Amino acid sequence: MTAVRHVDVLVVGAGPAGLAAAARLAAAGAGRVEVLEREPEPGGVPRHSAHGGFGTLTRPLTGPRYARLLTEAAERAGATLRTGVTALDWARGGPVVTTVGPGGPETVRARAVVLATGARERPRAARLVPGTRPAGVCTTGELQRAVHLFGQHIGTRAVVVGAEDVSYAAAGTLRAAGTEVVALVTEDPRAHTGRARAQAARLYHGIPLLTSATVTELLGHGRLSGVRVRHRDGRTAVLPCDTVVFTGDFVPDHELARRGGLVLDPGTRGPAADGAWHTSRPGVFAAGDLLHAVEPARTAALEGARAARAVLDHLAGAPWPDPGVPVLVSAPLRWITPNRVTPGARPDHHLLRTGTPPPRPVLYVHQDGRLLHRTRPVPRVALPHRTLTLTARWHDRVDPGGGPVRVSTG
Amino acid sequence: MTVTAAGPLPRTPYDVAIVGAGVVGCAIARELARHPRLRVALVEAQDDVGQGTSKANTAILHTGFDATPGTLEARLVREGHTLLGAYAARNGIPVERVGALLVAWDGEQLAALPRLARKAEDNGCHDTALLGPEELYTREPHLGPGALGALHVPGESVICPWTTTLAYATQAVRAGTDLHLNTAVRDVAWDGGHRLTTSRGTLYARHLVNAAGLHADTLDRALGHDDFTVTPRRGQLLVYDKFARPLVRHILLPVPTALGKGVLVAPTVHGNVLLGPTAEDLRDKHATESTAEGLATLREKGRRILPALVEEEVTAVYAGLRAATGHEDYRITAHPGQAYVTVGGIRSTGLTASMAIAAHVTGLLAGAGLDPGPVREPEPVTLPDLGEASPRPCRRADLVAADPEYGTLVCHCERVSRGEIRDALASTIPPRGLEGLRRRTRAGAGRCQGFYCGAAVRELFERGTGS
Ligand SMILES: Cc1cc2nc3c(=O)[nH]c(=O)nc-3n(C[C@H](O)[C@H](O)[C@H](O)COP(=O)(O)OP(=O)(O)OC[C@H]3O[C@@H](n4cnc5c(N)ncnc54)[C@H](O)[C@@H]3O)c2cc1C
Ligand SMILES: Cc1cc2nc3c(=O)[nH]c(=O)nc-3n(C[C@H](O)[C@H](O)[C@H](O)COP(=O)(O)OP(=O)(O)OC[C@H]3O[C@@H](n4cnc5c(N)ncnc54)[C@H](O)[C@@H]3O)c2cc1C
Repeated sequence: MTAVRHVDVLVVGAGPAGLAAAARLAAAGAGRVEVLEREPEPGGVPRHSAHGGFGTLTRPLTGPRYARLLTEAAERAGATLRTGVTALDWARGGPVVTTVGPGGPETVRARAVVLATGARERPRAARLVPGTRPAGVCTTGELQRAVHLFGQHIGTRAVVVGAEDVSYAAAGTLRAAGTEVVALVTEDPRAHTGRARAQAARLYHGIPLLTSATVTELLGHGRLSGVRVRHRDGRTAVLPCDTVVFTGDFVPDHELARRGGLVLDPGTRGPAADGAWHTSRPGVFAAGDLLHAVEPARTAALEGARAARAVLDHLAGAPWPDPGVPVLVSAPLRWITPNRVTPGARPDHHLLRTGTPPPRPVLYVHQDGRLLHRTRPVPRVALPHRTLTLTARWHDRVDPGGGPVRVSTG
Repeated sequence: MTVTAAGPLPRTPYDVAIVGAGVVGCAIARELARHPRLRVALVEAQDDVGQGTSKANTAILHTGFDATPGTLEARLVREGHTLLGAYAARNGIPVERVGALLVAWDGEQLAALPRLARKAEDNGCHDTALLGPEELYTREPHLGPGALGALHVPGESVICPWTTTLAYATQAVRAGTDLHLNTAVRDVAWDGGHRLTTSRGTLYARHLVNAAGLHADTLDRALGHDDFTVTPRRGQLLVYDKFARPLVRHILLPVPTALGKGVLVAPTVHGNVLLGPTAEDLRDKHATESTAEGLATLREKGRRILPALVEEEVTAVYAGLRAATGHEDYRITAHPGQAYVTVGGIRSTGLTASMAIAAHVTGLLAGAGLDPGPVREPEPVTLPDLGEASPRPCRRADLVAADPEYGTLVCHCERVSRGEIRDALASTIPPRGLEGLRRRTRAGAGRCQGFYCGAAVRELFERGTGS
């Protein structure tokens, strides 16, 4: 058994959420604040998202630049960043994490743990796309690392599966790597991205968008030779290509959360958490894409900062809240965060996503058949790629002893 | 130690050439390598050992309890189970002795269990037991509703198929076997000796072993034998996320029907859960693709057997081709006049039987005029233990303290360190591609399928191999 080391706060994951939490905590004098990052460099996903779209409207940044700024802020505030160190599992009794790194296995006991392990795209196998198992099949995450971190050769012709923001980012990375983008293919009747972006891809870069189409088979032995697509009307075609990128379809990287027995939310598949990002396990908070796959980096960072406030309260002796009342969504809504209502942890607002545009742009909040709130969502037009926000003003009307709260669109 | 993958082949004749470096060919090479006086070539069309059916099976170390008594297969599976079990323990091949439950879902299947228990007896498997539903559900609490009982076969185990093949080949190469990869045998001529025309030139051998798996019939015909035709029978499989592993404790087998062994659920030594295989008779010996229908069928059957399983994520999908010959036994034949042994029709039990097949084939070679000479047992090999039951190198403080590269993880899902990748690239039979590296280390075999590690693993591979 390795010796147990003590820290005040252990943050797992040095992406935007973890770094923002660490910066805030260290600045507030939370004691020893340590961030574990299993990659060789801190920064999380933005580190290899070598495109714009980060930062703020007034101060737009590329991903790597954004990652660097967050890293510097955390270090300046006095947080310790330990890269190349993985949090593997939990040890018995409270927030105790086992880790490995070049320095060997370790057990770290913290007064609070913030899980900020992010999210990833579901790979081809998880999506059950049939066919052969050739080389040339990847996700955007792998593609961006290959191109931006290692300068690897990708291929000559690529098909991108998906037509949301990340899919267009993948197309951009492919073009930067000198790979022709054969098409973006989506099952939906339209692209889920801003109109300007979709138009730019189509008109300036000549990338066709195949809508209502499914990739039904991968072809080729050794190297990918093509993908078979089927249109909703039954027509099929083979798109010759040597690369296919599966984009979007994000899932939280919840391994550590699950190993720790944290209650997961059925919608997000991340840990269930209240408005101050308390999870079901005392002393353990969560922030960022682990809670909801995925939102903009700025959202993740804000959540990290919000979690930091709650961590400070916890360190000051605030009691751990009871599990609270679950907040569930009905189709076509897919998920909501925070998804627990506990007293004293009211969030600024909730975030929601919908799977398909709802028939009526109205959100209802019920508990045990009682209407708590009715509102129009923001923005008014609910689209799958857009984050919806819902006020949390109705929290005081929730019966703490009642059944789950249900959010629906009619 | 000789492993070649390009360039001309040696011109001096070998005592024995083995065509096909699947689990069977490698086991034969290992067996012959016990005889240091023999010069042996192991000739493989692909760029690695075990790239054929041997990489894509259900990885069960069978007892042979349900084989047809009296067949060669029944005997070799039974012997192979013991031989490989012992070999695995000596050479660091992960095995988990989980046992199997043949689950009866209707009255007819339940009625068949006692008959299967008697058959197991005939096959020398004396420790089976009939279980009522209560004990069955105690053993397998996540089993779907409606199971009526089961036959427990404690000896059925799971094993790492990749390490097994690699251990055989490594041991053979270290003991002097020449392994020639990227060498497809296109034709064979017999003229008092064998002349093999290959993609890399001509190779000469006094004795020939045909262990070409799905292509054994083609090679056999080149030597004038029209004894059997291989019809590939495809088996598609789903590999479930490691989070599914606690759902199942035994190999869950269906009660066999006339249509084959049916769909099973089995833990793997790597900590995943397998669901499959399908059984589809095909013509194309390269049809290793999965199909939408196949996957849908498996998921439907899986939902009945272990409902919670299909709620978990799928980590990988693959398909293997069984070398079916329309004959309910192996097709192992010696042709002494040609100093030639055919090892055909090694259908769905070849991993288990491999060592016994090798011993049998060596006997046949001796009968065909091969003088193997004295025996010297080769040194055991210790390949990296990929089993989930043993600690990964990163967890071993002593190892990491001695070499921090074992603490530097590259593949996070499977906890594979840079040290392990380096070791694999420097091993006796190094991988020649990322797939081979994955079989040796599990790098990239986890749930993210490369989202995090794909580029980094590729970088290490390309740097390590100078490609
Ligand atoms: C391809 C792509 C493009 C994007 N483009 C944009 C964009 O243009 N603009 C925008 O605002 N947002 C964008 N996003 C979203 C944005 O990147 C995320 O919202 C943000 O990175 C989430 O931050 P996070 O800290 O929650 O997680 P991550 O950034 O994923 O960071 C999690 C970190 O935790 C580490 N980690 C995980 N498990 C462990 C463990 N057990 N031990 C140690 N460390 C661990 C990981 O290595 C990782 O560094 C994009 C996302 C993707 C995937
Ligand atoms: C779905 C499925 C599940 C199975 N489950 C199990 C199980 O649980 N337990 C078990 O014991 N067995 C199982 N098996 C059976 C087992 O996998 C096979 O019996 C075994 O792998 C056969 O090994 P092999 O060496 O004969 O064939 P292969 O592994 O196919 O090897 C033959 C080799 O010969 C090479 N070759 C062919 N032609 C030439 C040529 N002309 N020149 C040079 N090289 C050539 C090929 O490239 C190949 O590498 C299963 C099989 C399948 C398909």
